[in-house]
Amino acid sequence: MINNENAVELRDIEMHFNMSSEKLQSLKEYFLKFMKRQLHFENFVAVDKVSFDIKKGDVFGIVGLNGCGKSTTLKIISGILKPTKGSVETQGVIAPLIELGAGFDMELTARENIYLNGSVLGYSKKFMDEKFDDIVEFSEMRDFLDVPMKNYSSGMVARIGFAIATVTTPDILIVDEILAVGDFLFQQKCEERINKMMQDDTTVIIVSHSIEQIERLCKHCVWLEKGKVKMIGETAEVCNAYKNTKRE
Amino acid sequence: MSSVATNKRSFFSDFKRFMPLLKNLVAKDFKIKYRRSILGVAWSVLNPLFTMLVLTIVFKVILRVKVGPGVDFATYYIVGASLWNFFSEATSTSLSSILTSGALIRKVYIPKYIFPLEKCVFALVNFSFSLVAVLAVMLIRGVYPTWATLLFPIPVIYCFIFACGLSLFLSAVTVYFRDVQHLYGVLLTMWIYLTPILYSTETLEQLAPSMQFVKYILYLNPMTHYINYFRAVVMYGVYGDLPSIEINVVCIAMSLAMLGFGALVFKKAEGKFILHL
Repeated sequence: MINNENAVELRDIEMHFNMSSEKLQSLKEYFLKFMKRQLHFENFVAVDKVSFDIKKGDVFGIVGLNGCGKSTTLKIISGILKPTKGSVETQGVIAPLIELGAGFDMELTARENIYLNGSVLGYSKKFMDEKFDDIVEFSEMRDFLDVPMKNYSSGMVARIGFAIATVTTPDILIVDEILAVGDFLFQQKCEERINKMMQDDTTVIIVSHSIEQIERLCKHCVWLEKGKVKMIGETAEVCNAYKNTKRE
Repeated sequence: MSSVATNKRSFFSDFKRFMPLLKNLVAKDFKIKYRRSILGVAWSVLNPLFTMLVLTIVFKVILRVKVGPGVDFATYYIVGASLWNFFSEATSTSLSSILTSGALIRKVYIPKYIFPLEKCVFALVNFSFSLVAVLAVMLIRGVYPTWATLLFPIPVIYCFIFACGLSLFLSAVTVYFRDVQHLYGVLLTMWIYLTPILYSTETLEQLAPSMQFVKYILYLNPMTHYINYFRAVVMYGVYGDLPSIEINVVCIAMSLAMLGFGALVFKKAEGKFILHL
């Protein structure tokens, strides 16, 4: 059972990927290889025996070099990926901000997409009706509501996506590098909204390559290296150690 | 504290939470299908009518196929074909539904069975429009509906459950083996000729003794039962015979077996979809 004080508990999480040199996508190939006993896959361990807890109301950062397993860990926490081994327990509603605007259909208008995306995140129609104006207001896109989204710029798409994803106050908010979208004014607006959520006791998990952002926002941090936990603790300590990594 | 997003997700709370998504996806498919066409949804009525015209000319007028004494070919064909078209549309669109939703599956948690299920529901919506064409042909050809016609949802539900089961299976397998997309097209062509749509089960009595095995294949083919059932109730005025309890049991058993099998395969496979998309 998950400890009542924790929002997320990871226990010995391992994530293995098959790195088959060629991806077998046809039955014939599969059969031939199977008969010739050439079906071996190279195992790649993206996350290796990672365990940590995130306390409720904490703002938790994950830092590390490219390919160290940050995004994989986030996806495991949000339930998109199932770990090969280990257990994940979470408490409360999770709002994943992993790539904004996933689930938009570019042929549809923004108005239609807001409802579609809301239902992708599991919100009811009634709830979306209530929040519709909030979303439009926050994204500042009222003039373009009935334009098909294929005519939008990527910044405009991200604005709508952020506005929908953060319309509720979730128990756990997962933020993956998405604060880099939009112009600086909109970025400030996003950060303000995240700050407000933190005051409302939302647990926030942030992945970012911007150390300044992590230092500014997070209380605790974990530093991942090659899929393993290298260091975990207070943000200042972890970030200082991380910044001293030398190029090998 | 809501339990919706915890790792122990229950099937029913998930289903309830994502019902609006199912509805929105169907609405989206509907809008995209008929966008910028002048006749719009009328095509769903016109299409089966035109196909019926072509096939009636070829099979009835030129090839002189008989489907039973006193049975009108045009009606016979369109009643059977409408249900077949539902089935073939549902399964062949579901087949690639997981693949095409890859972008979404990789980024947010959604119960994945939503995608094949949505395609089946959308095919059902289209089917309901084609019923207008069926009714029109019946009235024109003088095959009038009776009270028994109102029983038509029963075979449709059987067929829907069967289609859902097969769709779950196909969509899961396609993620691993893309060949299935091509293979299934061939299988459908074979399947349609092993289903009494352009001929009737009775005419098979005239088969040569060495070909009698075809009858068994037809008996094992669930679509035979659904379509014959559908015809029996819709064209009750012609046949005057309601499907027996035995046939109902066979239909239900076949539907549930397929659903169970499809769901099982899907559940086993879904955890690893994301690694293959």
